[in-house]
Amino acid sequence: MATINKLQTPLTASVVHSLKAGDEVLVSGLIYTARDMAHKRLCQLIDTGGNLPFELEGAIIYYVGPTPARPGRVIGAAGPTTSLRMDPFSPALIANGLKAMLGKGYRGEKVREALKKYGAVHLSAIGGAGALLSKHIVAAQIIAYEDLGAEAIRKLQVVDFPAIVAYDSYGNSVYKK
Amino acid sequence: MRYIEFKKIAETVESLCIAAAYELPGDVLAALEEAAQKESNPAAAKILNQLIENARIAAEKEIPLCQDTGLAVVFVEQGADSAVKTPDGMGRLTLFDAINAGVESGYEKGYLRKTVVAEPLNERRNTGTNTPAIIHQRTVPGQKLKLTVMTKGGGCENKSQFRMFRPTAEKDRIINWVVDVVSQAGADACPPFVVGVGIGGDFELSCLLSKKALCRNLGARNGDDFYARLETDLLSRINALGLGPQGLGGDTTALGVMVETAPCHIASLPVAVNIECHSHRHKSAII
Repeated sequence: MATINKLQTPLTASVVHSLKAGDEVLVSGLIYTARDMAHKRLCQLIDTGGNLPFELEGAIIYYVGPTPARPGRVIGAAGPTTSLRMDPFSPALIANGLKAMLGKGYRGEKVREALKKYGAVHLSAIGGAGALLSKHIVAAQIIAYEDLGAEAIRKLQVVDFPAIVAYDSYGNSVYKK
Repeated sequence: MRYIEFKKIAETVESLCIAAAYELPGDVLAALEEAAQKESNPAAAKILNQLIENARIAAEKEIPLCQDTGLAVVFVEQGADSAVKTPDGMGRLTLFDAINAGVESGYEKGYLRKTVVAEPLNERRNTGTNTPAIIHQRTVPGQKLKLTVMTKGGGCENKSQFRMFRPTAEKDRIINWVVDVVSQAGADACPPFVVGVGIGGDFELSCLLSKKALCRNLGARNGDDFYARLETDLLSRINALGLGPQGLGGDTTALGVMVETAPCHIASLPVAVNIECHSHRHKSAII
């Protein structure tokens, strides 16, 4: 039977290892957003030994490009984008301390291997529920790559953000595929 | 000849873009509600109810249904006896300019995400306006202008496929391939899907038909009995996959399948499948 786990960021190794594919989680704390182009830049920084715009150790990266916030609001719609597109970049980030990714859909073999090798998980949120999920984001701030617009890296404060463990650190997946 | 004001067209497109982003069409909401009731997998029913809740929050709090507010795909049926009246001093502007003006203001005023890059391979710089729209225009008899705005997300569009079959291919081969395309789309493309299938025409027309099929009301079947049955057969085969909402298992993999056809070459049997996510956003207006 799947259990519901309350997760607080940054994630520790023991928390990550306690998670099993199929578990429901509620994430609270600071998480960071990044999509395709931001991933490309982060990996270029890793390759060249540059300083990353946020601390990767224990971090969760959320694959999202929100709609603009209306005046007086924190953020617009903010649901997950397809995780698979980040596959070429994720192993390097995991090797450098990233503990969880939050997106939707499948991950490839190299990412799944990295999850096992370094102890990390992939979380899946409900795709296409951008309005519902935005209610769990209480603060948002762009911290890097503002030129990327919706794809800029944002620091989000989340409260009980719902997701499931799609791939755990033991090589198990919630998907049949 | 009836002249339709440039501004009227732009304003109509603007409001269609905004309405599409915030209001899930009634037929889609009804299909989600019916699926949630029938779903035998409790986890799948829970997700379907969350999608219904998402639609409620979106309409009530004016938060877009999905952060991917998409490319604006605009289908136009223009009466042969109608023309665009351009504003004085603005030179020779076309219907397409009016539509793009409406998309630009709609995405700005509606707080929608600008999701278009100017070119695909070099710098991929965002145009900042969500234009140009993808516009498909057709001339019909009369003086009216029908505009349908479909805001299409990238996640599902990325899973759409095309294939040329031999003209002698049996129906089952086509069905198997369409089902396989849906299976490959899987969790990535946000099931439950709406599946548009274009059969016939040529390379590009079959693709266009597969998207145009998505404009049809979910309950409406193809007017030809053979293709209406094909739609029903495809839907049951797709739901038998067991992929379910979000790809986590369940009876509801697709909310509907719509097939559109066109005459084709004796040597060809082109088939295109357009995958649409459950956030199936499209709005129409007639001027």
